[in-house]
Amino acid sequence: MPTLKDLKTRITSVKSTRKITLAMKMVAAAKLRRAQEQAEAARPYAERMDRMLGSLAAAAAGRPGAPAMLAGTGKDDVHLLIVATADRGLCGGFNTSIVRASRAHIRALRDQGKTVKILCVGKKGNDQLRREYRNSIIDVVNDIGKPSLTFADAGDVADKITRMYDAGEFDICTIVYNRFQSAMTQVVTQQQLIPFAPPEAKEGEEAAGADRLYEYEPEESEILDALLPRNISVQVYRALLENAASEQGARMTAMDSATRNAGDMIDSLSIQYNRARQAAITKELIEIISGAEAL
Amino acid sequence: MSEKVEFELVSPERLLVSEAVEMVVVPGAEGDFGVLAGHAATVSSIRPGVLAVFENGNVTSRVFLSGGFAEVTPERCTVLADDAAALEDMNRAEIEKSIADLRDDVNAARDDAEKNAAEKALAIAEAKIAALDSSMY
Repeated sequence: MPTLKDLKTRITSVKSTRKITLAMKMVAAAKLRRAQEQAEAARPYAERMDRMLGSLAAAAAGRPGAPAMLAGTGKDDVHLLIVATADRGLCGGFNTSIVRASRAHIRALRDQGKTVKILCVGKKGNDQLRREYRNSIIDVVNDIGKPSLTFADAGDVADKITRMYDAGEFDICTIVYNRFQSAMTQVVTQQQLIPFAPPEAKEGEEAAGADRLYEYEPEESEILDALLPRNISVQVYRALLENAASEQGARMTAMDSATRNAGDMIDSLSIQYNRARQAAITKELIEIISGAEAL
Repeated sequence: MSEKVEFELVSPERLLVSEAVEMVVVPGAEGDFGVLAGHAATVSSIRPGVLAVFENGNVTSRVFLSGGFAEVTPERCTVLADDAAALEDMNRAEIEKSIADLRDDVNAARDDAEKNAAEKALAIAEAKIAALDSSMY
């Protein structure tokens, strides 16, 4: 049986924990709104990029001499996995779910005898993968997008990828991140960046896009050469934005339930405290009364 | 002329302009080209320069683009800009200062990649000054 004083200290400590989680929840909610706005604002560019590249790629894919980024290297021996996580924890299963998906992916590839290289974006992914795959992690990008993610940040990551691809260091590149669905749900997503996989054309849209003959200024191949690396930046940017929004959403949900749990705990501790106090009072009364009766 | 062309200007961060206009003049890689409704379908890359929007024969807004791509169809003109800024918001003194800095960067660059990046940025800054000086439109 804990003493009254013990109970009191516990209640105070849980109370201050609740204050912290509540504050974190509110901060996450504010940041989530901003991250969501940013993600939504970036969508038109990515959509139009997809549309433009989709029609270009469809035309160029079959032809010989198509850029390597579109056609691939013709092998699939070396895979580059970009693991995009958060820099900070305390956001529920956000980081763990990405890492778990990455692990499964790596294991599957290794079973097929492929080489896997890992590029970690965000501290937490590196922390969790380091023990198992120390030798596979080729690079770590930390503190990206502070205070807020800009296109240039994503461009730096994309540059790294492009340079490595041009140097022939890998054949296929996949990014793993959390797609934002709502503050409650984030979906772990794997997306292939290189070689470029054209988005599935929607019904009806296809007729408008594919049949149209464009004039190219300058040459088609030159535009494609410029457009493909650009597309990598856009995809990375989009993934990182989605990830940032997901992180805040996950944190908000996690902190919300932490706050609620702390409240429940305070309630039950208070009942325990009151009972103990009442018991002590009763005991004292009994002692006084029985003392008086003895006289 | 009643027919209008749907003009959209998007930067990676956001959608900047989306409206029906009479004509836009886009700084293409191989020269400026004007887009009216019914323009032939074209895809072009963009050099650093000024994009001008025309309404009733007059320029209504001028935007500096540092690069990007334009997709033109008979109904639509979509410009994917790397970076876009309204011309009237640009500060001449600041750009001149950045040009001086970039010149130093070009000279101080240790390898080709660094030099290329600095030269590219320099070309953009110089194009900005040229855009401010130009009396076109």
